[in-house]
Amino acid sequence: MSILEVKNLQVRVEEREILHGLSLTVNPGEVHAIMGPNGSGKSTLSHVIAGKPGYEVTGGEILFKGENLLEMSPDVRSSKGVFLAFQYPVEIPGVATMTFLRTALNAQRKARGESEFSTPDFLKKVRSVAASLNIPQDMLRRGVNVGFSGGEKKRNEILQMALFEPSLCILDEMDSGLDIDALRVAADGVNALRSPDRAMVVITHYQRLLNYIVPDFVHVMSKGKVVKSGGKELALELEASGYAQFEDAA
Amino acid sequence: MAAVQETVDRVRRIDVDQYRYGFETLIESDKAPKGLSEDTVRFISAKKNEPAWMLEWRLEAYRRWLTMTEPNWARVDYPKIDYQDLYYYSAPKPKKTIGSLDEIDPDILETYKKLGIPLREVEVLEGVVRPEGERRIAVDAVFDSVSVATTFQKELKQAGVIFMPISEAIREHPELVRKYLGTVVPTSDNYFATLNSAVFSDGSFVYVPPGVRCPMELSTYFRINERNTGQFERTLIIADKGAYVSYLEGCTAPQRDENQLHAAVVELVTHVDAEIKYSTVQNWYPGNSEGKGGIYNFVTKRGDCRGNNSKISWTQVETGSAITWKYPSCILRGDNSRGEFYSIAISNGHQQVDSGTKMIHLGKNTTSRIISKGIAAGVSQNTYRGLVTAHRKATGARNFTACDSLLIGDKCGAHTVPYIEAKNSSALFEHEATTSKISEDVLFYCVQRGLSQEEAVGLVVNGFVKDVLQQLPMEFAVEAQKLISISLEGSVG
Ligand SMILES: Nc1ncnc2c1ncn2[C@@H]1O[C@H](COP(=O)(O)OP(=O)(O)OP(=O)(O)O)[C@@H](O)[C@H]1O
Ligand SMILES: [Mg+2]
Repeated sequence: MSILEVKNLQVRVEEREILHGLSLTVNPGEVHAIMGPNGSGKSTLSHVIAGKPGYEVTGGEILFKGENLLEMSPDVRSSKGVFLAFQYPVEIPGVATMTFLRTALNAQRKARGESEFSTPDFLKKVRSVAASLNIPQDMLRRGVNVGFSGGEKKRNEILQMALFEPSLCILDEMDSGLDIDALRVAADGVNALRSPDRAMVVITHYQRLLNYIVPDFVHVMSKGKVVKSGGKELALELEASGYAQFEDAA
Repeated sequence: MAAVQETVDRVRRIDVDQYRYGFETLIESDKAPKGLSEDTVRFISAKKNEPAWMLEWRLEAYRRWLTMTEPNWARVDYPKIDYQDLYYYSAPKPKKTIGSLDEIDPDILETYKKLGIPLREVEVLEGVVRPEGERRIAVDAVFDSVSVATTFQKELKQAGVIFMPISEAIREHPELVRKYLGTVVPTSDNYFATLNSAVFSDGSFVYVPPGVRCPMELSTYFRINERNTGQFERTLIIADKGAYVSYLEGCTAPQRDENQLHAAVVELVTHVDAEIKYSTVQNWYPGNSEGKGGIYNFVTKRGDCRGNNSKISWTQVETGSAITWKYPSCILRGDNSRGEFYSIAISNGHQQVDSGTKMIHLGKNTTSRIISKGIAAGVSQNTYRGLVTAHRKATGARNFTACDSLLIGDKCGAHTVPYIEAKNSSALFEHEATTSKISEDVLFYCVQRGLSQEEAVGLVVNGFVKDVLQQLPMEFAVEAQKLISISLEGSVG
């Protein structure tokens, strides 16, 4: 069964239609890249999948492992395995990152009827994942994303992804703001999570990221629709010729 | 909305239960006649076997009160109180005693569970009498923990700390009480303080002798020995030279009282090099969904840093009451003395909070610090009102004030009213204020990571108030954190 099926999705924000009948199917083990010009609706799609309020779905449907995702509250979607690494991760002053990770992980486990992690088990897990992502311990003691550099914020997103072990990972421009070294570390982190029963949707503007995270499929979005799909070579093509050729197709 | 309804229903059920448990049955002879007159004052004083000087002191306050008018400048709004329609004295009512926690409404137990209060303590707070023996004892003496209390008493006695109900102190240590009572909050201070002086019911008296560090947080003691002090509480704490004491008032457990008007007075005195840390966690009944029936909490709290290098620190977490009107203050009389005020004030539903502090710099090089966190939800109004003054002789006075307000939803209000008066040019006062709305993006971030909407609000708010929470004694910080989340239930979505 597919992990994600978006069928003819139509979405409005404040009376304006942003997605005009978008379809996308993602199977277990696959990595899909979504590319497209600014404002084409990539973040909107990721927000609607995650259940952010403020978007009105006026048509189509989204199935997650065959279930109607649109009927679930966003925290339920999370506990069922939908993870969104944000383009702009927010800061939560006064809440230590470690506390946040633990609260979130245990909330998800509780929702699934699983037992909470014991403190030593949790610490062991966080420390090993953090180490693999070059995240220093003192960053975990600071407020969530407070005073983090752009790169640190993105790594913190990957850290959570590794910790929560979701079955669908949507990464919204995880490469923006990362220098080459940080990009490699983050990409390695993502690649380590690739598995036959997990799927990923990687949103990016740059082919460069796709050298590190090699996708199985590439989709081009323009004006709220997928206008072209192909293999990883499509990204190279885009890099050479830009989006202009697709603007008309939309 | 659903959660608000749930809270309301829960409170309603509690109402019904307390009624069923005979909350209303009073023994008439233990009550002063309704209304306030010299006779009422005499009745109270006689009930407490007070010496003549105490009665005189009360009567003087009463006569003064007759000449005063109720203040109306706070940003709170409430129906006129008919002072002749109130009772001013009733003996503490024992709660209905019950055999086991099974008899308590599961919803109430759930609240305790959310607060993380151990079951044994819940038994005490809810008045469970264990079956062995047919003893029927008032709440404050029930428990097997009596033995714990006795151990504490012994320890305090060894250290020379006097800690007892003020009604007892008036009889047993009249010289101390006479020396200090009303010297920080004069009987004529304000309408509610004057009223309190005339009719105060009971409260705590603490005296820590020179050089003594009180061997325990008096909070620890309190937790197991909660007393019903009535609506006009009077507290007097003195730290003599070089002494230190930490005192916690209140309780995270939901508190109800059939007395709507509460007007407490708290006086603190520190001598040279002494320090008092006074923490309050208040969770009075805030009223029903229309704001009816909640407690009016009009409190006068003031500390006097009488000696050089002394320090008074107020920390408060206020989540309850229909109306809160309180300004714990410090008079920084001694040179180099320091006053601190850390406050978390949460208002939800129809609550009205008008709180803040006064820092009166009289001595040289006195310093003060004010950290106020106001959180407003529902249709509540939350006002910080602060006064910082430096007297002419207070050269080198310093104050730092930071007032942050967080709004949840768009029907509530937060207001910051700072007054600053520097009568000498070397005083340095800094004031920062921010007001922000709880961010939808931050909430969504949390929810995307698996937290429910309410958990997300609780987490964000607890982050917002962290600086203040850290000032609380450890065991209460954890509970206060949970209390904050509970009091905001149903405030979003
Ligand atoms: N809350 C909102 N209110 C009004 N318009 C919105 C809102 N959110 C998104 N839009 C509009 O929807 C369109 C798509 O935005 P979206 O953020 O999904 O694009 P994107 O493809 O992620 O762009 P980028 O590459 O710049 O991140 C834009 O025109 C944007 O202005
Ligand atoms: Mg975007």
